[in-house]
Amino acid sequence: MTTDTAPTTTAKPVLQASGVVMRFGGLTAVNNVDLTVGEGEIVGLIGPNGAGKTTFFNCLTGLYVPTEGTVTYKGTVLPPKPHLVTQAGIARTFQNIRLFANMTVLENVLVGRHTRTNEGLFSAILRGPGYKRAEAESREKAMELLEFCGLANKAQHLARNLPYGEQRKLEIARALASEPGVLLLDEPTAGMNPQETRAAEELVFAIRDKGIAILVIEHDMKFIFNLCDRTAVLVQGQKIVEGDKETVQNDERVITAYLGAPLEGAAEGTSTTAGTEDDQ
Amino acid sequence: MTTKTHETTPVLPLPEGVARAVALVGGVIAAASAMMSWTWTSDFPGDLTYYGSPAGLQWLALVGGALTALLVLGSYGTPGIRWISPSGGKNGILFAALGTMAVCWYTVAAISIQLGGLANLEPGGWVAAIGSLIAVLGALGLPLDRRLTVKQPTVQWWWYAVAAASVLFWFGLDQGWVLVAIPDGIEDIFTTNTWFFLTLPAAILLFKGWLLLDKALRIGRIERPLPAVRELSSWIEILLIAGIFAVGLAAVTFGVSAEYGELFVGYLLLIGFATAALNSSGLLARIRDLTAKHRAVTTGGAFAAAGAFPFTQSSDTYTLIAVNILIFATVALGLNVVVGLAGLLDLGYVAFLGVGAYAAALVSGSPFSVFRGVHLPFPIAVLIGALAALVFGVVIGAPTLRLRGDYLAIVTLGFGEIFRITMNNMDGNSGPSLTNGPNGIAAIPDVTMFGFDFGKSHNILGIELGKFGNYLLLMLVATAIVVTVFSRVSDSRIGRAWVAIREDETAAEAMGINGFRVKLIAFALGATLAGLAGAVQAHVASAVSPDQYLFAGAVPPNSAFLLAAVILGGMGTISGPLVGAAMLFLIPAKLQFLQSYQLLAFGVALILLMRFRPEGLIASRRQKLEYHEADIPAQASPTDDALSKAGA
Repeated sequence: MTTDTAPTTTAKPVLQASGVVMRFGGLTAVNNVDLTVGEGEIVGLIGPNGAGKTTFFNCLTGLYVPTEGTVTYKGTVLPPKPHLVTQAGIARTFQNIRLFANMTVLENVLVGRHTRTNEGLFSAILRGPGYKRAEAESREKAMELLEFCGLANKAQHLARNLPYGEQRKLEIARALASEPGVLLLDEPTAGMNPQETRAAEELVFAIRDKGIAILVIEHDMKFIFNLCDRTAVLVQGQKIVEGDKETVQNDERVITAYLGAPLEGAAEGTSTTAGTEDDQ
Repeated sequence: MTTKTHETTPVLPLPEGVARAVALVGGVIAAASAMMSWTWTSDFPGDLTYYGSPAGLQWLALVGGALTALLVLGSYGTPGIRWISPSGGKNGILFAALGTMAVCWYTVAAISIQLGGLANLEPGGWVAAIGSLIAVLGALGLPLDRRLTVKQPTVQWWWYAVAAASVLFWFGLDQGWVLVAIPDGIEDIFTTNTWFFLTLPAAILLFKGWLLLDKALRIGRIERPLPAVRELSSWIEILLIAGIFAVGLAAVTFGVSAEYGELFVGYLLLIGFATAALNSSGLLARIRDLTAKHRAVTTGGAFAAAGAFPFTQSSDTYTLIAVNILIFATVALGLNVVVGLAGLLDLGYVAFLGVGAYAAALVSGSPFSVFRGVHLPFPIAVLIGALAALVFGVVIGAPTLRLRGDYLAIVTLGFGEIFRITMNNMDGNSGPSLTNGPNGIAAIPDVTMFGFDFGKSHNILGIELGKFGNYLLLMLVATAIVVTVFSRVSDSRIGRAWVAIREDETAAEAMGINGFRVKLIAFALGATLAGLAGAVQAHVASAVSPDQYLFAGAVPPNSAFLLAAVILGGMGTISGPLVGAAMLFLIPAKLQFLQSYQLLAFGVALILLMRFRPEGLIASRRQKLEYHEADIPAQASPTDDALSKAGA
């Protein structure tokens, strides 16, 4: 690792990835990445296309089994099974929206509560008072979340009928339903207009205020630098820098990764922000 | 908001008042023709020779004509019968008239062909044919809902070339020219089935004909908001539901007890068109709303109607059919857990029915069972059947459910066959002695519970209830259990997990669902329900043998038919597989007069059904949206206040 800016986190770590390596055959998609997300923090993860951001996410959430390295959540090493990771307290959204398209909005959120309830087959068939209580409580919590995300009036719509921006919100609501300690957002504002992006920013802050740490992948630099306490930059599977807004924006290697190396003798003027080129 | 896609115009340029009168008169004439003699001899099945008393197909003409007339009157707001056409759309009239015409013309054609010529028609036949034609012409003059644009596949020139070549080949065979080129061994195949080469050109011409007709008529569907319902007291609504079920029971009874193929074909034609008619008129939507409001009453009513069926029958012939339909339907509903909810394509499902049946048969005191002395009470035998199926389901599911999609289908198909062949071989010679091999376990004694012998006739409330009537009531209990389990589980944490897995397995796992475990539960539950039905089936048929549990065969239940029942009926719904199973059982059974073309006709029927109603007969809310998205009005665009509210 060649990081000259030491991660400056004072908060207690919630999610800790150490030395994560992911190889697909001869291709090393993620190479020895360390990342820590502290309690109440919003951490950004940026990098050019194909840098391995989503692969890294998949390693964190158990979708991929990392070739090397460990991921710990609040001190316990996570087993590489998606459902166990979610159960432990890590929820995620997907880069290309993956809702349960033919279920209603409310049902989608109820599915998110799967790990926080434990009614089995028999209690569903027998429908005892305990089952009814748990089901009512689930519905209540799901409605609260929809209210929180501004989707309460669409609870009975099919997820596929929601407009794009609301589908993104629903994915977040569904992830929140699993009562996570850390939420991983994979490009939550992709394809959104500036207005929707601002709404999404507010939503992310509101989630942080609930005490949920957030790790977010994004290409929208304004979004990232408005939001994040720290930002890590991934280039070709390696974390090249991690730190606050200024550190990242002024880092030569980041600029090189995004804009290419400056020509000999034409260096003046390129030390402006790297963050503007992706702005909408 | 959107561009206009439909218009409301007549096909034939008649003044609306005239068209209305013509359609009404045509309907009345067709209905009245049922009171006349259609043919002079009783040789044609059903004896249509009497004046004043309709028989067989004439009843269908009566119902169709009356429905047409009522729809004309109802859609023009005649007081008292406005309820039959709440939407006020006129397409229903056309469908009803077409249904009547189909029945009448089919009958007239069948009489002429069977008896040899139009001379065999009495005036009634002519009146029926002409009256129904008048009704259709009148209906075409009414302002119908029509599409503005017709999107059609083009019939490529080479289709005609293939058709022409096919006809030429047929002609060559007929003349004996082609045979020179065909080796002797397979010559017979060609000479005995020359008609086969005519089916392809016929199909192409029919398709082209359909396209031309569609282009001319452009019949479409405009969703009209139904007027608000008058508030009725819930007692009257419940009475209405009872009335609907009485009509339904009468219709089903008519179909089940249709004695000859011609009558059943007419019945199918009328049912198909009448359903389309009432759907267009909005009456079906009304009924759906009503039954959705009183769900418990509806479910109870459906079971009461099914339970009332044996009391309407004087012999056991049709109650046996009804029991078999019910068994088939129950197993289909069990399969719906696996296929419809969890989305696991199981092609060997009938094996679980077999496991249940064999397990129950072995412990029910059959002299052919290896446990000869064992005769456990029926409820315990059922429990053993269900448990055996459960174990079998888990044993098969545990290794196979790690596969996805196509692979799972292939492996289950294999296991289904392994089961059958194993049962065939466990006869003491090729394997351990357990199942009596291909002979199966016969002579399973009738069920006796609380001193009530299901094998004997009983007189209940003055009505004789035969053996299969008893079993029908017993099977209804099993169906009720399966329906309860299905409806409760589908709307629960585990049911939602199944649907989530079906929709997107990766996302579901990311939501904390243990995919394998949840799928295994679905598989095991499906197996258990099939085992339950199998245990009853063993007693109804009083014998089990391996050849009852095929992958595909002419007689349901087999795996292919079960899957077809679920898909045809409507995946993920309760009533869908029940209706689908009833149709899949009745159609082949009643088409036996077609002899070797039976399965051909059946296949064509399935293709047509899937072409025009891919979501199944009873569509779940989800499937309707999935397959007819384009027909559904677009959602209102998102409002800005919804956005600004986010995260507040």
